[in-house]
Amino acid sequence: MKRLVFLFLTTLSLAAHADLKVFATVPEWGALAREIGGKHADVFTATGGLQDPHRVEARPSLIARARNADLVVATGAELEVGWLPVILRNSGNPRVQPGQPGNFEAARAVRMLEVPTRLDRADGDVHAGGNPHIQNDPRNILKVGEALTTRMVQLDATNAAEYLANFKNFAERWKAAMAKWEASAAPLRGMHVVTQHKAFPYLYDWLGILEVATLEPKPGVEPAVSYLSQVMNDVATQKPRMVIRAAWNSPQPTEWFSEHAHIPAVVLPFTVGGSDQAKDLFSFFDDTLAQLLRASK
Amino acid sequence: MHRASLSVLAACGVLASLPAQAADNDLKSLREEIAQMRQAYEQRINALEARLAKAENTVATTAADVQTVAQQAVTQQPAAAPTQSNSFNPEMSMILQGSYNNLKQDPNAYQITGFVPTLGEVSPGARGFSLGESELVLSANIDPNWRGTAILALAPEGGVAMENAYFESLGLGNGFSFKGGRFFSGIGYMNEQHSHAWDFADAPLAYKAFLGNQLGEDGVQVRWLAPTDLFLEFGAEAGRGRTFPGANNNKNGVSQGAVFAHLGGDVDISNAWRVGLSWLGSSPKGRGFDEVDSAGATVSNRFSGKSRTWVADGIWKWSPNGNSTVHNFKLQGEYFKRREDGILASNSAAGACANDCAAGYNSDQSGWYVQGVYQFMPHWRAGLRHDALNSGTMNIGLVNSGMLSFADFPQLAAHDPKRNTAMLDYSPSEFTRFRLQWARDDSGIGATDNQLFLQYIFSLGAHGAHAF
Repeated sequence: MKRLVFLFLTTLSLAAHADLKVFATVPEWGALAREIGGKHADVFTATGGLQDPHRVEARPSLIARARNADLVVATGAELEVGWLPVILRNSGNPRVQPGQPGNFEAARAVRMLEVPTRLDRADGDVHAGGNPHIQNDPRNILKVGEALTTRMVQLDATNAAEYLANFKNFAERWKAAMAKWEASAAPLRGMHVVTQHKAFPYLYDWLGILEVATLEPKPGVEPAVSYLSQVMNDVATQKPRMVIRAAWNSPQPTEWFSEHAHIPAVVLPFTVGGSDQAKDLFSFFDDTLAQLLRASK
Repeated sequence: MHRASLSVLAACGVLASLPAQAADNDLKSLREEIAQMRQAYEQRINALEARLAKAENTVATTAADVQTVAQQAVTQQPAAAPTQSNSFNPEMSMILQGSYNNLKQDPNAYQITGFVPTLGEVSPGARGFSLGESELVLSANIDPNWRGTAILALAPEGGVAMENAYFESLGLGNGFSFKGGRFFSGIGYMNEQHSHAWDFADAPLAYKAFLGNQLGEDGVQVRWLAPTDLFLEFGAEAGRGRTFPGANNNKNGVSQGAVFAHLGGDVDISNAWRVGLSWLGSSPKGRGFDEVDSAGATVSNRFSGKSRTWVADGIWKWSPNGNSTVHNFKLQGEYFKRREDGILASNSAAGACANDCAAGYNSDQSGWYVQGVYQFMPHWRAGLRHDALNSGTMNIGLVNSGMLSFADFPQLAAHDPKRNTAMLDYSPSEFTRFRLQWARDDSGIGATDNQLFLQYIFSLGAHGAHAF
């Protein structure tokens, strides 16, 4: 009996310590944590690629996963403000509370764009820390990866060498892919586009694309048809080449604009899992560029 | 800088030209005048210098900021924490609510016949335009281990009620958490939610009849979350029984307690669910309610004994691929069963009671509701709710023994209240909601009410996170 209990306890503790349990709020950080953690990270991703990351339900299943997590990887910059605090507070897990080493915010590792100069809800869904959709610039993926590796090494020193090696390997492949993407995206430089929601400033910053208008009158506010036609008239002289939305945006505004302005509508995956092709971080950018290049022809 | 030096030059010019102009005048008065003017200019110059210093300071700060920003851009370091002392102020938000109510029946005569009145705010509200409760919410982490929350309900007629004021642990470890103070009990599904987060303008009848709208407790709560991938949570509470079904006993120890368990999970990315079972036990002493007896006199009845309530609850939420922005659906239902056993006393002058009588009392009652809310397009939702209560069995010793008659307890007459509700709401942003609600309410015997509510709910300030 004693032996059995010992065996049981050993299995239990093995199960608890064999891996670094990672709770990623959004698919891109889940994918990144998998690249770095390899076989030592047990990664749970809280949301799917087709979910609006601003509106996530604090599901019971997420609370259960956060309770056992060693590391919560979030975007930060208030992206998860509507649900993550509830999850963390109900998890009864002191390791992942804000300020603890087990709480990682990706936005702290990159340079933020669109940091508002004034904070007023009259401006719609603005984030005090800047636009939180940082994952659409592959240079940011690299920076976040570096910071995340440091954090994972700090939390799980036993597997430190492996995390560092995994990241080095990833970074090399990533830099090679970036060179390839940048070369293929050369024709997109200076292109004018219209976007439904301000979801891609980092992508545009990387590729040198110019956003001439957004379809939402304010971030997070659904446009009326009258507003759409006003935008169409306003930007007519700037000759936008395409109208872009994220996979999770409601399709109507972009479709309306595409039909009436006679320019192609482009649905970008926005994150891993945002399209059938975007299966991991590499194919996510492959698909993003493929969609843009196809529409620009 | 320019402005200051120009002023100085101007001042000097004026001063220099003065003696020439005043050659014929009395030297003494001139000197006085000059002294006065000098003083005035010195004051102005001082003021200008002060302004200049301030401006230079601001410029320096801005420059420093710019430099800091630039440095951050280069080194990608996280922003330094701001150093103003007010940066430690709590998160603050305010909920503004109000409505226009059109009620067929007099809301002042509202009752749920067949059920002991709860003394809670259960009536549908005033007729016509009325301001609802405004809620002021303050919360912040207290130290590395605790978080505090205070919710003040500001009543439209004046006065402040402390709705919630509690501290909670920031993760005790091993899945434990602790809460103490005044909080909404964790029983059922809706009880912990604040009224502004409800999907209808008012509480289900079962909440009104069994919990006096909502159960707030002064006490302590412990929760434990099991280390499983399936959500499994247990909780226990001990309190004073400040409100119904308690009676604010003047007594040491624990007068009211609750235990609950929740189980939840995902079917797939589109479907999530949670079910729960709760038990609430209370031992009220002299829990009173007013009644109009057969003689037409207002009398006071008091119950002392045990009150035991079971609550079973379930919620299911659907959103395609987990994306609730365009379409989503929510189905929730709760079932209440209560048994009360004790002594009912009355001060009625009717029958043989003679202003003071008491005898055994027990009741076995139940109730439930089910509601569904569907978001059919972004920002627009429609919902239906059905409420039913069963007054079950009730043995009033005073009636059985013949001391009083059923006519002395008109509010406890056998009646099975029912209500059907439909609502439509529009939320142009996360912080705004307009709601139109219609209900046919059969709570009072022979007094079917048609209720129309046009409601607004606005939230100002900090963006709160919402529970499932």
